[in-house]
Amino acid sequence: MKRENAGGFYCLGIESTADDFSVGVATFGGKILANVINAYMPEEGGIHPREAARHHAEVAGKVLEEAFTKTGIKPESLSIIAFSQGPGLGPCLRTGATVARALSSYLNVPLVGVNHCVAHIEIGKMKTRAGDPITLYVSGGNTIVSAFDSGRYRVFGETLDIALGNCLDVFAREAGLRQKVGMPFGAVVEKLAAKGKKLVPLPYTVKGMNTSFSGLLTATVNLLKKREHTLEDLSYSLQETAFSMVTEVTERALAHTEKKEVLLTGGVAANKRLQSMIRAIAEEHNVRFCVVPSEFAIDNGAMIAWTGVLAYKYAMVTPIDKSFVKLKWRLEEVEIPWIK
Amino acid sequence: MDKMKLPFLIKKGAEASLYLAEWHGKKVIMKKRLPKKYRPSELDKQIRVYRTIHEPQLMHEAKKAGVPTPTIFLVDVKKTTIIMGFIGGTQIKQLLGKTVKSKRQSLCLKIGELIGKLHAHGIIHGDLTTSNMIVDNEGKIFLVDFGLGEKTKELEPRGVDLHLMKRALQSTHFRFAEECFNAVIEGYSKVLDVKTVKSILDKIKEIERRGRYIAERKDDWDD
Ligand SMILES: Nc1ncnc2c1ncn2[C@@H]1O[C@H](COP(=O)(O)OP(=O)(O)OP(=O)(O)O)[C@@H](O)[C@H]1O
Ligand SMILES: Nc1ncnc2c1ncn2[C@@H]1O[C@H](COP(=O)(O)OP(=O)(O)O)[C@@H](O)[C@H]1O
Ligand SMILES: [Mg+2]
Repeated sequence: MKRENAGGFYCLGIESTADDFSVGVATFGGKILANVINAYMPEEGGIHPREAARHHAEVAGKVLEEAFTKTGIKPESLSIIAFSQGPGLGPCLRTGATVARALSSYLNVPLVGVNHCVAHIEIGKMKTRAGDPITLYVSGGNTIVSAFDSGRYRVFGETLDIALGNCLDVFAREAGLRQKVGMPFGAVVEKLAAKGKKLVPLPYTVKGMNTSFSGLLTATVNLLKKREHTLEDLSYSLQETAFSMVTEVTERALAHTEKKEVLLTGGVAANKRLQSMIRAIAEEHNVRFCVVPSEFAIDNGAMIAWTGVLAYKYAMVTPIDKSFVKLKWRLEEVEIPWIK
Repeated sequence: MDKMKLPFLIKKGAEASLYLAEWHGKKVIMKKRLPKKYRPSELDKQIRVYRTIHEPQLMHEAKKAGVPTPTIFLVDVKKTTIIMGFIGGTQIKQLLGKTVKSKRQSLCLKIGELIGKLHAHGIIHGDLTTSNMIVDNEGKIFLVDFGLGEKTKELEPRGVDLHLMKRALQSTHFRFAEECFNAVIEGYSKVLDVKTVKSILDKIKEIERRGRYIAERKDDWDD
């Protein structure tokens, strides 16, 4: 490919699995040149996939432009277009995929469909220089404990119902809290929790290396409505209980696999309390603790761009006629040839 | 806990430390649930005490249901410690990878029968992995680690129990997960009646659909 030799190799990544539309640019060598994130934040209620998709379509041009301005490179200098092909919300994914297909055919460069969960792990590894970690990936849509083995990221544990981030978000919404750009619900709850003092007993559900949050959420919301406890105490209790659960399963996976690093990634990884818990088990087992920098914790285009580079090096391109989105694309279905 | 001779650490698990010791002339395992610094101490204490009381109860129930489990000798709730008989043998986890297909099949069939017996008696194991199953020198399979179990005959927890067995096979024994799980179900079906088995299998399918366990079958272009 001509452009590989002419002054650099750039991959543009488009992320649009849920409420964020983001564009990132990565170089072949793993430098992140841009990472522009535009979050859709509904005033009320949860994410309406169609509304979010409309938001993505509306801001796509602006976000792309900002990314180009930031990097100072022209669209013509791009060598690959990567996009998150799944898992995620259908309408949102389709919007990102449409933009990616258009760019790829207009610029006549290969398209690379990236698995969103793989991307959360890869950006964490790249940014922290982790080699072969046990990963706790916690976000609004996923709660997964995984590690690499024989060509794939194997899933050792996950949530049996809702995701950890979703649990925090729904609680925050039920409590009438507001989020804003730079201060998502999880961060709002974190701030309140820091002022909590009393631990209110809540259901703690761990099954093997798996967790379940729906019972915990219901119980917490019920207590909220009874108004017997302060919001600070409930936030604190919810966090302590939920984070203890994911930490327990991560420790189990660590003991089971005997890996030497533990990586925390995904939107909830930005939480300082969760970080301190995972750091504690890393110390206990004498392994290295790695946490993704917060800019790359939430959904972002840079992680898609970087994973696109990794995949492209192994000729994993996605022909347009295979570029349909995969709503339930599981982490362990993806072959990872770049790890030996 | 007196008269304990030569306790030495054989496994530092995630949840507990296991010591091999001699107690009144018997080889025993001392399972001690140690405090976890990451969680608040009241929550930590509560979890450890609950599991320390709960695990021996379920092991005892399981034994009554015809499922081999270590004999419990002593429960020290204050020290969150259980003393139980030592099972000399090999973990199924170590065995599965090293043995031939026919042997794998018969082991998994037997495991399925044991899970069936538990469920038939209203016991959910809660952590069905191949490291929690030990084959002794006579080929008898023992189940351990009941700390996360519960007592119920409901469909949902039974489905989850089996689903987790499947998941454990897929993550740790991915090369023959499917044949192993099929054998587990075959063994399970020997114990429970056809109708119950059918509804539990449907439940597992439902759990898999509910979570993010199955990829969409059709290509997903536009609506
Ligand atoms: N400081 C924080 N503490 C706890 N949670 C946080 C914090 N900051 C962000 N979050 C949570 O992270 C989640 C957003 O994560 P992210 O953007 O990675 O993924 P997503 O779009 O929700 O889902 P997925 O990655 O599964 O597609 C939200 O639930 C948000 O509340
Ligand atoms: N009574 C026993 N005799 C022999 N080995 C045992 C016994 N109990 C447990 N083990 C071994 O120790 C390991 C860890 O014990 P377990 O009760 O499963 O604790 P954990 O909760 O830490 O996994 C088991 O996988 C099993 O191989
Ligand atoms: Mg165990």
